[in-house]
Amino acid sequence: EIPQHSLPVIPDSTTSLALSGSYVSNKMINKLIQVHDKIFCCIAGSLADAQAVTKMAKFQLSFHSIQMEAPPLVKAAASVLKELCYNNREELQAGFITAGWDRKRGPQVYTVSMGGMLISQPFTIGGSGSTFIYGYADAKFKPDMSREECLQFTTNALTLAIGRDNVSGGVVHMVVITEDGVEHVVVPGDKLPKFHDE
Amino acid sequence: MLKCFTDNRFNTHGQRLTVHFDSPNLYGAVPEVSPAKGDPSSAHRPINTTTIMAVEFDGGVVIGADSRTTTGAYIANRVTDKLTKVHERIFCCRSGSAADTQAIAEAVSYQLGFHSIELDEPPLVQTAANLFKQMCYRYREELMAGIIVAGWDKRKGGQVYTVPMGGMLVRQPVSVGGSGSSYIYGFIDSNYKTGMTKEECLRFTADALALAMERDGSSGGVVRLAAITEAGLERSVILGNQLPSFSA
Repeated sequence: EIPQHSLPVIPDSTTSLALSGSYVSNKMINKLIQVHDKIFCCIAGSLADAQAVTKMAKFQLSFHSIQMEAPPLVKAAASVLKELCYNNREELQAGFITAGWDRKRGPQVYTVSMGGMLISQPFTIGGSGSTFIYGYADAKFKPDMSREECLQFTTNALTLAIGRDNVSGGVVHMVVITEDGVEHVVVPGDKLPKFHDE
Repeated sequence: MLKCFTDNRFNTHGQRLTVHFDSPNLYGAVPEVSPAKGDPSSAHRPINTTTIMAVEFDGGVVIGADSRTTTGAYIANRVTDKLTKVHERIFCCRSGSAADTQAIAEAVSYQLGFHSIELDEPPLVQTAANLFKQMCYRYREELMAGIIVAGWDKRKGGQVYTVPMGGMLVRQPVSVGGSGSSYIYGFIDSNYKTGMTKEECLRFTADALALAMERDGSSGGVVRLAAITEAGLERSVILGNQLPSFSA
């Protein structure tokens, strides 16, 4: 499950369970793929499909940035993913959240859904566990949160989702992307906040 | 298809009489849950795919529900009352097939009324919950009903019991149900605390239901609330334009 926020900073976050059937094949997987210096993608759905698509997008973006002689826009990155998802919609089963920072528009968040829809949002959640935290996210999100508030909001939301979704869990990965650079934050399961029922 | 229904009456000799009714008309026909594909009658029976909720507090319970009943994409009733009385201090919140839940609630209400006359005192919430469970479990293949039973009794105070589809029975301090409930699990888990007062519970329930109605297409309309205590029942309604709003 993948919540995400856009403000001066953008924590990307995800949990790290990978399943084949009902077997958990990997508890430490990182679902945050870097497609460019300051642009990351959260992946959901079939990991094989998602990895193939993001590899392709990474290549196209690096080529694009050489041609333009400038880092790509976040919107461009999201568009590349959208083209791939939409044109191959029958075969693919992967959804993405693209987030990053660029000079033109600052921090941005885009959702590329499984069928290939692309929309820009102040913040978004995705993945199987996201249904359980729509209410929480709607209630708690406010625009212009600070970096710490964002991180706290993300951690809390993910913890609640892990608490209810049987296929989310493991380790929480977060990435904070700002004008100055990228920082990767990892929170293991036992360090997650506890809510009343624990 | 529901074939028979047990009616516990006494015959003229004072012996207990068990009558099996084959007619669906007495308690209302229980519709087939999965009609054949292409069957024209499979157009849309009324359902309360919904959001319902109940919270215990010291001295009673607060129950709440949205007010939307749909038949397919049409909202058949936008001001439904899904909080149904089964006894003076015992209510149930209904979700799933409107016909099924109405039929079950009527049947349980009858059984409870009879039981309370036999006992000569108000029935226990646990009794009501077990009656719901027995019916939902026995006819689980035919029914589509998710019910939350909540009320107050002298023995254990305010109690909430959930009887989801399939017929399980479990007591919980907070329970949510219906299609809109998935969206508010996170909110409930983070905002619930033990020892809330009645007003806090009402606020909590209204907030949670408003969030669910915002996200779930099958929930909407007004928020109906009720607080059940030893003193009695207080019902209230929050209209659409008065719902709590959140910045997103």
